[in-house]
Amino acid sequence: MVRETGSRPPPESAGAPEEAGQLEPEPPPESAGTPESAPQGPAGAPAAEAGIAGVFRKEYGRAVAVLTRVLGDIDAAEDAVQDAFTLAVRHWPSTGLPPSPAGWIITTARNRATDRLRREAGRGDKQLQAAQLQAARSPAEPTPEELVITELSREGTVDDDRLRLMFTCCHPALATNAQVALTLRLLGGLTTAEIAHAFLVPETTLAQRLVRAKAKIREAGIPYRVPHGADLPARLPPVLAVVYLIFNEGYSSSSGGPPIRADLCAEAIRLGRLLAALMPDEAEVKGLLALMLLTESRRAAREAGGGPVLLADQDRRLWDRALIAEGQDLVRQCLRRNQPGPYQLQAAISAVHSDAPDGGATDWRQILRLYDRLLELAPGPVVALNRAVALAELEGPEPALRLVDALGLEGYSPFHAVRADFLARLGRIDEAVAAYDAALQLAGNAADRTFLESRLLESRLRETWLPETGPGGAAR
Amino acid sequence: MAQYLLSVYQPDGPAPAPEFLEPIMRDVEALNREMEEAGAWVFGAGLHPAEAATVVRQQGSEVLITDGPFAEAKEHLGGFTVIEAADLDAALGWAEKLARATTLPIEVRPVQH
Repeated sequence: MVRETGSRPPPESAGAPEEAGQLEPEPPPESAGTPESAPQGPAGAPAAEAGIAGVFRKEYGRAVAVLTRVLGDIDAAEDAVQDAFTLAVRHWPSTGLPPSPAGWIITTARNRATDRLRREAGRGDKQLQAAQLQAARSPAEPTPEELVITELSREGTVDDDRLRLMFTCCHPALATNAQVALTLRLLGGLTTAEIAHAFLVPETTLAQRLVRAKAKIREAGIPYRVPHGADLPARLPPVLAVVYLIFNEGYSSSSGGPPIRADLCAEAIRLGRLLAALMPDEAEVKGLLALMLLTESRRAAREAGGGPVLLADQDRRLWDRALIAEGQDLVRQCLRRNQPGPYQLQAAISAVHSDAPDGGATDWRQILRLYDRLLELAPGPVVALNRAVALAELEGPEPALRLVDALGLEGYSPFHAVRADFLARLGRIDEAVAAYDAALQLAGNAADRTFLESRLLESRLRETWLPETGPGGAAR
Repeated sequence: MAQYLLSVYQPDGPAPAPEFLEPIMRDVEALNREMEEAGAWVFGAGLHPAEAATVVRQQGSEVLITDGPFAEAKEHLGGFTVIEAADLDAALGWAEKLARATTLPIEVRPVQH
């Protein structure tokens, strides 16, 4: 039987079509339930508490980035921001949310940090100097309200701060797993537990990884700076990889909760837009942004009825046309530049899907050509698996299955799901059932498991009652 | 400003032929001058091969002296430079030049202070 998933978010927060286009400004945090700006004044404790959780998720990265610039130290910045949130938890239930929660947090964190440094003067000389220097640059001693206004009118500076911190987190002197963990923690605002779960490592391991990475930043003197000129080509790829990882974490979260974490996707897209705006000459930045936008455009359709719904089976009327138009425009810009890279090619593949009014109208020949090119630029078994799906559409499941069987991806759930689909289409139902079982064992989240269970059930039914093969889509 | 130790790791075995080594030494010399002129050079030296090394270690109340380098490895420290740099990126910039000059891998390590 198909199980109820139980943990699905209420429908209005699950990416209704009219919401999906709202990327600027950011959509309200999905998990908080209460838009942060709604409970003004003494609106009662529950609203404020829900508001604080939302503000924390949404503003943590921004606040840490600003405070890192002010204090010149990530740990001190995190402490200050934590302090500010602790104060918020104490005060906001009685006072209600301030007009600008983010400004309040940043201002309070800065004041708390300066106080703390004054108290500890002698131990943190450098940080105190940095903070005082920062203060000295201000025209006068501003009131907290003025600071809030200043902070908000300097949105651009805040973005610069985040970009700067991004390059720090993704510095090549740090291991990739540390880059990802740092970015998700500091800029994505994920908890250590969430990151640990997403990457299937014990929470203590991840916590140690973060501590070591921050220690290295401090001890080795990894700068808070956007690299310029000659350094940029080498420094950009890890940043893009990390942004895409955040997007994928949001798109199909393996942390067991709702499979789609729209806020993470929005965060990754926001970072992508920021990179694209600040680095207009980098074709791969555009490619990555296009890829994320085109993937995001199918969120509502993919999620419909508990999802994930295969690309072939999606109700394409639910696709977000504005996101598709934006993504396809970026893909066209990339084509004109003619400096292809892995992100641009994946975006182009996605754009071909977006062009088709229904699954049957998909230009698989074009998609296969793009996969061939992608396999040249970024060879790997996962790309080969996706290419095999396109090949199956053109030449049937038999040659595609032969290719897939040679890939050695036995630890990867989609490998078994793709095999199962090919096998079912070939009428080899026993084997298809076994492959769906294998995919199910490896599936990362509840919705994927539910989906695979339904496919498994379908295969079993077919085995019992409908021995002839039916049509079946494969691409997702 | 922070200080960084740039360690040059060279494979064990006989030294390369003079015609191979001479241009390298010239490049390293030139780089050392460049570092000095930039105010980055603090201290540096090339080392004799690892076979010339001796290890001294305390064992209980005794001190044990043994022949050879401390770590068994295929590469050993062949030389080092201590530099002054604004941050890791600046240090990595010098390390890149040193790697090009020596054709050898360079380990960059921040000095405690």
